[in-house]
Amino acid sequence: MSDSILSLEHLGVRLPKGADRPHALSDVSLAIKPDEILCVVGESGSGKSMMANAIMRLLPNDVMIDGGRVMFEGKDLASATVAEMRQVRGAGIAMIFQEPMTALNPLRTIGDQIAEMFSIHTDLSKAEIAERVLALLADVRIPDPAVAAKAYPHELSGGQRQRAMIAMALALDPKLLIADEPTTALDVTTQAQILKLIRDLQQRRKAAVLFITHDFGVVAEIADRVVVMQHGVIVEQGAATAVLIDPQHAYTKQLIAAVPPLKAPPPRALSGENILTISGVSKTYRTGGFLGRGARVTPAVKDVTLTLPKGATLGIVGESGSGKSTLARCLVRLIDPDSGSIVLEGKDWAKLSREEVRRETRHIQMVFQDPFASLNPRRKAAELVAQGPIVHGTPRAEALADARELFTLVGLDPSAGDRFPHEFSGGQRQRIGLARALALKPDVLVADEPVSALDVSVQAQVLKLLAELRQRLGLSIVFITHDLRVAAQICDLVAVMKDGAVVEQGLAGEVFGNPQHPYTQALLASIPGGDFTRKRDAAVLG
Amino acid sequence: MMDAIKRYFRSPAAIAGLFLLLVVIAMAVSAGFLYPRDPLALAGRPLIWPFSNPRFLLGTDNSGRDIAAQIFYGARISLLIGGVATAIAILIGILVGAFAGYYGGWVDNVLMRITEAFQTLPNFVLLLVLVAVFGSTLTTVTIAVGVVSWPAPARLTRAEFLSLRNREFVQAGRTLGMKDIQLILGEILPNALPPVIVYASVVMAVAILLESALAFLRLSDPNVASWGNLIGLGRDVLRVQWYVSAIPGIAILVTVLAVSLVGQGLNDALNPRLKSR
Repeated sequence: MSDSILSLEHLGVRLPKGADRPHALSDVSLAIKPDEILCVVGESGSGKSMMANAIMRLLPNDVMIDGGRVMFEGKDLASATVAEMRQVRGAGIAMIFQEPMTALNPLRTIGDQIAEMFSIHTDLSKAEIAERVLALLADVRIPDPAVAAKAYPHELSGGQRQRAMIAMALALDPKLLIADEPTTALDVTTQAQILKLIRDLQQRRKAAVLFITHDFGVVAEIADRVVVMQHGVIVEQGAATAVLIDPQHAYTKQLIAAVPPLKAPPPRALSGENILTISGVSKTYRTGGFLGRGARVTPAVKDVTLTLPKGATLGIVGESGSGKSTLARCLVRLIDPDSGSIVLEGKDWAKLSREEVRRETRHIQMVFQDPFASLNPRRKAAELVAQGPIVHGTPRAEALADARELFTLVGLDPSAGDRFPHEFSGGQRQRIGLARALALKPDVLVADEPVSALDVSVQAQVLKLLAELRQRLGLSIVFITHDLRVAAQICDLVAVMKDGAVVEQGLAGEVFGNPQHPYTQALLASIPGGDFTRKRDAAVLG
Repeated sequence: MMDAIKRYFRSPAAIAGLFLLLVVIAMAVSAGFLYPRDPLALAGRPLIWPFSNPRFLLGTDNSGRDIAAQIFYGARISLLIGGVATAIAILIGILVGAFAGYYGGWVDNVLMRITEAFQTLPNFVLLLVLVAVFGSTLTTVTIAVGVVSWPAPARLTRAEFLSLRNREFVQAGRTLGMKDIQLILGEILPNALPPVIVYASVVMAVAILLESALAFLRLSDPNVASWGNLIGLGRDVLRVQWYVSAIPGIAILVTVLAVSLVGQGLNDALNPRLKSR
């Protein structure tokens, strides 16, 4: 292990009493060579982020390293003093975080924050520092580095902020860069660019990278070697190609299998009758401005026309800011569209009054993105599901009894109704959210990113459930997602949105198999691990 | 809920606060039993020093009334004013804050301008005006203290509502077809309450102090035995017989301290994540 830059030897990290397990990490051993990218993969709660924090000694107060060593340049960081750690952080090991907006100080310019790295660790003159900052920003390929250096974090886009974070991390030429889910908060196209940048910088600067991710697609894109973690234990490690093509451990196999194929399943026969017809829907946000002066006008949805056949699933895909969520909220009238019509069962939903919407709302229901935020934490699960029918006049006892039946329908234990939301896992909560929407027996279900907050293996289960329910209850679904793989799996029809407008729509197989619009082509090309899945899918078919 | 209680009893300060508060409550409850006579009746020679006469453990005031009896009965008045005034202030505050925060727009503007008008006036001056206009019986004093204390809880409730009203679970309630009032009372309010409950302890401490200050100026109800009245009386003999003012002063200090400690304990128990920071 002498040729490695960092090695963990039987590292253990203890969690405080009352946590779900005694150790965040136990007996973790791995080594990173000076010029490789090591990916640590695992689902939420696997201890992968805890490992990064343990290396940097940035653990919360009641979490402690209780065994093993963290060897970096011949020193054991697990027993280093606070002063020694300050020397290592930034200069020896640097870190990039998931959310650059919260990792940057909102009140200081980007250039200022990068310059701070030099003023703390070196005694360069001001002019030299300014020069280095510009060189770094140019190095991470920020367009117009001089302007970016003077910008505040909120003035940059998410991708540019992440580039600035990387510039800051690279300022002192660290030997090791720890990247904790650095692309998870970014759109696919930006993600592809950042991954390319990290790969590129790693090769130019000959630094080691410890890359933490939950996404096997990203692993296929960037990793030299892979470490797979589950419940704080390393279950498998090896060269990236070997692990991806021939996984040994059951858990690794399961994770790789859960990465959905990019190809749409063969098309189903669609009903000729449309249940929902959206035509010319627009929504524009106006903010600020006094008496109309200096107001900012943001067209969120521009003249969208779509149809949903009965019993079909219409996928609406797009990156953040494409207006897909605004459109979803217009459909259930959480937002009032400015113009256009939404015809459901012969009624123009867009023109109903608030009172009418309240009465008719059982025809169209919504499933929300965040299973943690979408359930009232102070109500029991059965109550949450029974709420809708109670509001619409079903007697309480009957609604609660129905709720228990719905629990079975969505694959939950009916006796779980007496528990509070925080006692469920993310996937289970999303099932409760689904049961709540189904309680009103809707004709159309609008699902806004229903699986994007879930781990891949749970994602697959929820998607399967959704497909089953569609079949059994004859549901028609509008499925909003940023994840093209997910859309390919479940949707019959797909509409691609960009800047509020639909740029391409059609049968899922056609849109994914033979994309016409350049934006759709770019989206498909940016999916991490695209080559890998295409090869795998081809192998499965052949 | 059980977790919150467990967390509360983990803090020694919170336990001490609860103990002191229970002592004050016990005093209020046992007053009629320990001192069956009217606490404002003449009991002995005026200005007996504490601990010099076993009949009057805490001595007598300038009119010869038993200080200990007045302290015990005063606990009733302080708790009554503190409790009722706090209830009034929190109720008005929640109503105003909930509507302002939930509806936003012009409703918010109107309600917040009114709140600010109340806030810019010093509480105590407003209290003096109210008492001057409506007289100083126990009822009017209590209501007046409540009426001057609502702006802060209103702002707090509004802030909670602002952050909660766009949460997904509220939107989910709306898509289920709930009416505004169901959303406000059933969905948002239970989640907005913990910080308001904690703040109630501050309002209660201030209410007790406000009444004492009023009594010190001899503007509170003179027909009840309150700690403030006793301090006001002691003012005339402050240089020599200082104990007449000091004893009720200590009682007020202990009660306010108890209420604040309980409030802090509640805060740590209801918002466990803030504490570990």
